[in-house]
Amino acid sequence: MLWLDCPHCGRRPLDEFSFGGERRSVPDSITDADERDFDEVWVFENPDGLTTERWFHAAGCRRWLTVRRDTAIDQVVDVVP
Amino acid sequence: MAVVSEYTDTLLPIRWPDERRSSYDVVIVGGGGHGLSTAYHLATRQGITNVAVLEADYIASGNTGRNTTIIRANYGIPEAIRFYQHSLEMYQRLEDETGAAILHQTKGIVWLAHTEMAMRTERARCLMNTANGAQTFMRTPAELKELIPELDLTGGGRYPVLGGSHHVEGATARHDRVAWAYASGASQRGVDIFQHTPVTGLLRDGDRVVGVETADGPFAAGTVLSAVGGRVTEMTAHAGVRLPVRTHPLHAFVTNDYAQGFSPIVASTELMCYVSQTERGQMLIGAEFDAQPSYSRQSSFAALRSYSYKITRLLPFLRDLRILRTWAGICDISADFSPILGFTGVDGFLVTTGWGTWGFKAIPAGGEAMAELIATGRPPALIAPFALDRFRRDHVLADQGSAGTR
Repeated sequence: MLWLDCPHCGRRPLDEFSFGGERRSVPDSITDADERDFDEVWVFENPDGLTTERWFHAAGCRRWLTVRRDTAIDQVVDVVP
Repeated sequence: MAVVSEYTDTLLPIRWPDERRSSYDVVIVGGGGHGLSTAYHLATRQGITNVAVLEADYIASGNTGRNTTIIRANYGIPEAIRFYQHSLEMYQRLEDETGAAILHQTKGIVWLAHTEMAMRTERARCLMNTANGAQTFMRTPAELKELIPELDLTGGGRYPVLGGSHHVEGATARHDRVAWAYASGASQRGVDIFQHTPVTGLLRDGDRVVGVETADGPFAAGTVLSAVGGRVTEMTAHAGVRLPVRTHPLHAFVTNDYAQGFSPIVASTELMCYVSQTERGQMLIGAEFDAQPSYSRQSSFAALRSYSYKITRLLPFLRDLRILRTWAGICDISADFSPILGFTGVDGFLVTTGWGTWGFKAIPAGGEAMAELIATGRPPALIAPFALDRFRRDHVLADQGSAGTR
């Protein structure tokens, strides 16, 4: 992965962006309030495949992007503004 | 030289099992350093030999065979310094204990500082290390130049070397030889090691884990230990255990040969890169792991470019060398950058993970401690702080600055 298509700035080198982590919600199967807190703070889904995550265009428009990426091959699927 | 014959003469045989037993006391998932070391220490220290190690590929094919083989204990928190120092000392004795040549070499490791902030960090590291049994001392630029004549003290005009910490017991060893030494010692005492046997699920009896499912059929077990690297969250999900772990690729490369005798291991925590010389004379270079998680083991041009840029600021002679071979491994990085080992909250299911970029140096002590935990049911004092429930108890062991990789 070398480039990211910023909806605001166009195709830019990955060095300009910083990774903001996966975008996820606590699964409904976890019902205990403390367990939900624990999950929200600490756990990562860490999927092998499609994931939705946030990237910050630090050296560009300085806006947060939502990116869908395939972690199995480290390729961006699409970028949502 | 005698080294070549010693290398082959001390390659101890591994006993491969013909078929599996009806049940095992312990099944270890993952035939890397930690899995094999745990099996070895179960057999040699705890007298438990009814053990199976299941490896999806061939032994040491994962991160054990992909790391940069650095052994050090210069961490930033007492729990980690004590643990890694114990492991470093076990490495010093490993050739004598197993009879296998692992090409262990004590070289010392130098961590360079380029800013006043980094100097403060390294001074604190030295104090913390010496207080907890690891030998780390501050060095002036002149002393560093004497240790490493190739070093550019101006850092290419951009990263001036203000000083550095010198961890004198830092060492390297052949990583695959370490795995084979433990595999041989364990298998000679009755441990069954199965290669090319991927685990596809866990067997449950109520809340308890009672074995593993593989393509070749089930393995019944009293205790199951996940010693999986990289794909660990996938493994523990079979038991409903959710981990504070992400999987990131880490790249490394070697160059063609350089004159023998480049002695200390050189690293910069600010530039996040490190270099050492292999026993063949190649310069072995690694740096920070990729920011974004991925399961891809493909070397990336971006990583090679970034690593090369940084390391040639400090050691300009590397510009004249060529990259000979590149590779990547997928590292299990925990949320607080410390390993996670011990109970999972599910009966019969233990885990040793979060070894991210610091697992190789921990192979002896990690295996010894996990073996004791499995045998006695109590975590030894050395690893008790590293339990998974530390995240629930708000006792995280934040030590990112000692990873040297991000």
